[in-house]
Amino acid sequence: MADETSEQGPVTTLATPIRLDFEFTPGIAQSKFLRGLERGEFLGQRCGTCGKVYVPSRGTCPTDGVLTTEDVLLGNSGTVTTFCVVNVPFAGQSIEIPYICAQILLDGANLSFMGLIQEIPTDQIRMGMRVEAVWVDESELIPSLASVRYFRPNGEPDADYETYKEYL
Amino acid sequence: MSAAGRTVRPVSIASFAQSRSVRRDNERNEAEGLHPVIAEVFGNIGITKDDVDFICSGSTDYLIGGPFSFVMALDAIGVWPPRSESHVEMDGAWAMYEAWVLLQEGEIDAALVYSFGRSSLGDLNEILTLQLDPYYEAPLWPDIVSLSALQARALIDSGKATEADFAAIASRSRRDALGNPNAQVAKDVPVEVLLEDDYVVAPLRRHTLPPITDGAAAIVLAAGDKATQWSERPVWITGFDHRMETHSLGARDLTSSPSVTKAAEVAGVADGKIDIAELHTPFAHQEVIVKEALGLDDSVVINPSGGPLAANPLMSAGLIRIGEAASRIRAGQADRAVAHATSGPCLQQNLVCVLEGA
Repeated sequence: MADETSEQGPVTTLATPIRLDFEFTPGIAQSKFLRGLERGEFLGQRCGTCGKVYVPSRGTCPTDGVLTTEDVLLGNSGTVTTFCVVNVPFAGQSIEIPYICAQILLDGANLSFMGLIQEIPTDQIRMGMRVEAVWVDESELIPSLASVRYFRPNGEPDADYETYKEYL
Repeated sequence: MSAAGRTVRPVSIASFAQSRSVRRDNERNEAEGLHPVIAEVFGNIGITKDDVDFICSGSTDYLIGGPFSFVMALDAIGVWPPRSESHVEMDGAWAMYEAWVLLQEGEIDAALVYSFGRSSLGDLNEILTLQLDPYYEAPLWPDIVSLSALQARALIDSGKATEADFAAIASRSRRDALGNPNAQVAKDVPVEVLLEDDYVVAPLRRHTLPPITDGAAAIVLAAGDKATQWSERPVWITGFDHRMETHSLGARDLTSSPSVTKAAEVAGVADGKIDIAELHTPFAHQEVIVKEALGLDDSVVINPSGGPLAANPLMSAGLIRIGEAASRIRAGQADRAVAHATSGPCLQQNLVCVLEGA
């Protein structure tokens, strides 16, 4: 046996497939945000201590550690704070490359989130670009960011760097 | 003060808070669930996050199924300006050990320790399989109830305990839990009725298993002037140690716990009379093993809170044992107590903490 083992060499790989399923508890604040998406609107929350508006809010202010309880309805437009152009294919990719992935700061919010930018050639994206959300049809709205198809330029002049430099 | 684990610098448990233990918290996320616990643990002694020098937490992402859940949980505290913070993928009792070591070094005077356990979001039996040896044991998916049943069977065969003993432990625990407003399972059911339960995995009947629990807990540790300023009756940690046994279940005698015995020796459990013991023994039979390994006699009141058979929020249940023991000393119901925490399959890793009133 020993000879046979040494001829075959050491075992270097062992596949032990693992799959676990979990339920998700978004929480009180994030549930409000998700229900807002179901209505086609962005709902954030303001910290009563520092005044910052988080969208989505996770229920507490990560700076002050207090519960955020004031709901704030935000508009449909925002500013691209930073972006990248994705040229690399990867497993599970659902969007045709190249495409633009951007951090978007909604007007009135103090927290940017990631969004897809469409309806613009990839070489024309820039920091400060004003964009607006394009939602799925009303009948297809669900409590998920999938309700936002993408963001596109809204035609306004670029935002002044000073207005978003804190959010890069 | 000769043994390595004996306290060199006195450290007190200045405050303790815990959430209610529930089968499932459907409403709140981790930060929202922790927030009131953190607020209470600070509020009890009138301090804020600015009064602690270090934060340490115990939790595991495997329970929630999301990466960096321990970082998200920090939102419950608000770690700005940047704080000195650490995390262990262990029960919060081990997070408390890390904070205690830092306090021993004398660089800090106060620490916040917290833990949160969301046992309800996945199949706990399957999740716990992943703590096993990944090559030879985990691929077989032996669930934690079956592994614990192997241990219970070995214990019965050794002559150290019977199924009626297990039922007596479960009956006592859940009866005691009637006095614990945070407990999840509290009821007075006599042994003979419990013994009519069906087996889940023989020889374990339903009542010998811990409930599946969501819950959170927090403790503030203090040394130096803060220890006496923050408590009229400080509860001192006089011994603290943790030990582990081999990963391989087949290499262990599952009916004894040399790691508990060693930790108890280093922590000085036998140096004085123990009034109460809060033991993190999620399966009823494990109380028999840990009680023997700690060298406790029948005069010691075990798990007056109801223990983990009444509420077992994974990752928090050990820290809660320490908090419950400290609360009883602070209330004057005990002078000296031992708290125990466990992690891993069949009591693989164990922590022992000895507490004394002023």
